Amino acid sequence: MQDRTHFMQLLLGRLSWDAIPLHVPILVGTFIGTATLGLALLGFITYKRAWGYLWSQWFCSIDHKKIGVMYIVLGLIMLLRGFADAIMMRAQQALSFGSSVGYLPPEHYDQVFTAHGVIMIFFVAMPLVTGLMNYVVPLQIGARDVAFPFLNNFSFWMTTAGAVLVMMSLFIGEFARTGWLAYPPLSGIAYSPDVGVDYYIWSLQIAGIGTLLSGVNILATIIKMRAPGMSLMRMPIFTWTALCTNVLIVAAFPVLTAVLVLLSLDRYVGTDFFTNDFGGNAMMYVNLIWIWGHPEVYILILPVFGVFSEVVATFSGKRLFGYASMVYATVVITILSYLVWLHHFFTMGSGASVNSFFGITTMIISIPTGAKMFNWLFTMYRGRIRFDLPMLWTMGFMITFVIGGMTGVLLAVPPADFELHNSLFLVAHFHNVIIGGVVFGAFAGITFWFPKATGFQLDPFWGKVSFWFWLSGFWFAFTPLYVLGLMGVTRRLSHFDDPSLQIWFQIAAFGAVLILFGILAFLVQLFVSIKNRVALADVSGDCWHGRTLEWSTSSPPPEYNFAFTPLVHDQDAWWDMKSRGYVRPLSGFIPIHMPKSTPAGIVLAGISLVCGFALIWHIWWLGAAAFFAVIATAIAHTFNYDRDFHIPAEEVARVEQARTRLLATTV
Amino acid sequence: MSSLASEPINTANPPSFYLTQEHHPENGTMLGFWLYLMSDCLIFAVLFAMYGVLGRNYAAGPGPAQLFDLKVVAINTSMLLFSSITYGFAMLEMARNRQTATLIWLAITGAFGAAFVGLELNEFAHLIHDGAGPQRSAFLSSFFTLVGTHGLHVSFGIVWLITLMTQVLKHGLTEANRRRLSCLSLFWHFLDVVWIGVFTFVYLLGVLR
Amino acid sequence: MSASDSVHAHGAHDGHDGHDDRHVHSHDHGHGSGAAHGSLKGYLIGFALSVLLTAIPFWLVMGKVFDDHTVTIVIVLALAAVQIVVHMIYFLHLNTSSEGGWNILALIFTMVLLVITLAGSLWVMYHMNANMMPMSPHDMREMP
Repeated sequence: MQDRTHFMQLLLGRLSWDAIPLHVPILVGTFIGTATLGLALLGFITYKRAWGYLWSQWFCSIDHKKIGVMYIVLGLIMLLRGFADAIMMRAQQALSFGSSVGYLPPEHYDQVFTAHGVIMIFFVAMPLVTGLMNYVVPLQIGARDVAFPFLNNFSFWMTTAGAVLVMMSLFIGEFARTGWLAYPPLSGIAYSPDVGVDYYIWSLQIAGIGTLLSGVNILATIIKMRAPGMSLMRMPIFTWTALCTNVLIVAAFPVLTAVLVLLSLDRYVGTDFFTNDFGGNAMMYVNLIWIWGHPEVYILILPVFGVFSEVVATFSGKRLFGYASMVYATVVITILSYLVWLHHFFTMGSGASVNSFFGITTMIISIPTGAKMFNWLFTMYRGRIRFDLPMLWTMGFMITFVIGGMTGVLLAVPPADFELHNSLFLVAHFHNVIIGGVVFGAFAGITFWFPKATGFQLDPFWGKVSFWFWLSGFWFAFTPLYVLGLMGVTRRLSHFDDPSLQIWFQIAAFGAVLILFGILAFLVQLFVSIKNRVALADVSGDCWHGRTLEWSTSSPPPEYNFAFTPLVHDQDAWWDMKSRGYVRPLSGFIPIHMPKSTPAGIVLAGISLVCGFALIWHIWWLGAAAFFAVIATAIAHTFNYDRDFHIPAEEVARVEQARTRLLATTV
Repeated sequence: MSSLASEPINTANPPSFYLTQEHHPENGTMLGFWLYLMSDCLIFAVLFAMYGVLGRNYAAGPGPAQLFDLKVVAINTSMLLFSSITYGFAMLEMARNRQTATLIWLAITGAFGAAFVGLELNEFAHLIHDGAGPQRSAFLSSFFTLVGTHGLHVSFGIVWLITLMTQVLKHGLTEANRRRLSCLSLFWHFLDVVWIGVFTFVYLLGVLR
Repeated sequence: MSASDSVHAHGAHDGHDGHDDRHVHSHDHGHGSGAAHGSLKGYLIGFALSVLLTAIPFWLVMGKVFDDHTVTIVIVLALAAVQIVVHMIYFLHLNTSSEGGWNILALIFTMVLLVITLAGSLWVMYHMNANMMPMSPHDMREMP
């Protein structure tokens, strides 16, 4: 018997039947629901015999457009999971007063708020902005693909592998109960001995590799692959913000990687970095993780600033006001974002001089952001504004984000922060900028570029329904939290004693329900649009009267993006082409050099996922085997020199002629 | 092609809006690899910061003066320095298109690298044997992590070196293989630069405390 | 991109037979990797300087040349800084024009962040340690 237990432990590490949460009805229900939906989806794909198509045309594809779409699909799926967590928390806090304990036990509630934060930042916001950059940047700069197409595919699958690990924690074991940054000593082995924090560490490490590589990739793409004539100051503003975002990614994510490695050493090896004794210092973790964490905020917001700039210029029918100042503001934000990290922990006790320095830098960083706001306003001023969906999201953003930004400046004052630190005021502030900024921006970007990616527009009616639910839902959900925060209510509590507070939480829960309708309306919008795709079709490729190069090619763009590489003469290159009588070339096509698809990315990410899972559960033999398998597969992949091919000229001519015929039917 | 990107184009009528020939952007591999190295540099920055902040927390355990043997460190440093110059010789032979000489210098480089890793492992084994393992104090945790991460990088460099030698043997000094050898060259010399920081901050200044 | 140029010369996207052939061709015009290779002289100068700049600090510390540690520390740090620059120039072949200046720009940016991370962390944590109570009873006893 003893031998048998020992053997099982060697074979399965900490994994046993007890890890499956069969005693938690909510999780069993979720599992049955997810499994049913998942099996239905798999069955549908099998019924349609689409596996081969999906595998060869999507999973192994290194086309930046398909990878971009896959990132956005990943982000939207994870949004549903993250939002489910959110509405569970809102319901718990609305119910759990006085003698009522609500329906979530504390240890489950703690997992829910941790998972909500981790998922929303790493697996919703990051995939959405990365997806937009991946799809749009090569098209905007007139390139055929990114600089390292294989790495792009690999990055996507690593991000997905991280997301899969987080989802697995729902049904096998548990997730961290530490809050989304897993501060030690709580996240150390002494206070979190089970697998939750390990799920957290390995999902972020695996996804982080993907993020870092995609950062390097897009940077090299923008620097090296711009169309002839596109000098830096002629780059579309979204490409500029993508450039700065990826500078931040390359410079910030290594810090996260390193600090998570240190935390894992504390947990796995027994080192003393963040422990209470043997000279460890837990505040050093807080310090380091915010050196990553603050730039991360700008990694999320800068690309959507770019989206809004494109949208405002396009729907006002004007050149963007203050292009150069917009570029400088972006660059200044990029650099300043490294000088403000301590405002996340003013209460640590570094004293007056340190706190004043970081308070002042924090206030300074709001200046370039304010400059951008004025640029958008002046672009709209005397413009012929069309209130299509992307513009609606942009207007919603401008109002919401300014208020969120101002509460941020309040928090930048150290004495005020000592009152508001860790309160619901803070929670309201960062949701105000992240929902009002990143989420609205992602929706603006998705509705703006959806017709480019698919060839048909999104249904405007359901889009408007979604927008108004989101906007009103946001204010109903978070205004009460500002009030509660000013009253001193702290975050991350699953139960309250004072019944006078309950009404505010009920209003917040009502707001969350409105947001739920917003999300459902978006799903309906997708469904209705796909159903009516013929009526909503756009064959011109330029349905919004766009200004930049992505609108010069067909919708959806051909595999090679542009039959001929564009020559750029102006910052609004496509507008310039249209206004100076550009004629689409109909002959003289040449073979086009393209990279080849490969399954290496998904295979490597799959083995990494196994490696992460094995390390979480202390299945050492499997972890070691998977680690060496990753190295061996990567090396084997480098022996493949046959990585590109040519699309023959006749093929290009055929595709372009098809487009010519299509264009002729509409004019 | 790249020069076009920075020069203004004559916009007199009728302007041309597209290239009739296939556009070949410059290869981005060397730049991309450099950017990766910069990110790696920041990983080391974090480890150095960790050592800087916790490096004096001995927790009543041994300090640098008792633990470090500067003679061993000096030999170790020279191993890495020799491997740098021999990698340089390999690159020079590669530029002259001499495959065998390139491979020989690469093999010598790998041997120096292996000697470096071996000496370091030996030092670690001694420390752990004397009860000064990474669990002993925050100082030792940050020491082992910083120096160990550098050593891991060198070990990874050796694996990569062997892979590239196999590829050169198989396919010759092709364009792709040259680019790969240039990347490894950057990586190898970069590790040498990091080592300058390590022996200065950790060993020399440590012993001076 | 000479590899793809040679594909043009062959005029077709070839199967596996043509593939090896293509790589044999391509190193005749192989200069596209964009890296400066340096010269024998450069490597030797760099090596000699590095040996010197490594030997001096080791000698200063091991031979206990100066009684005042501060002097030694300043010199050792200065020599390390110089040696890093030597390596950058002679071994990494860094100059203002490599990759159109992007390499040096990336390096400068990284150095700035490196200094911010290092100096910032030390500054912040030093002040915290000065202001706050120690983490454990043991540290408390060590207090002056």
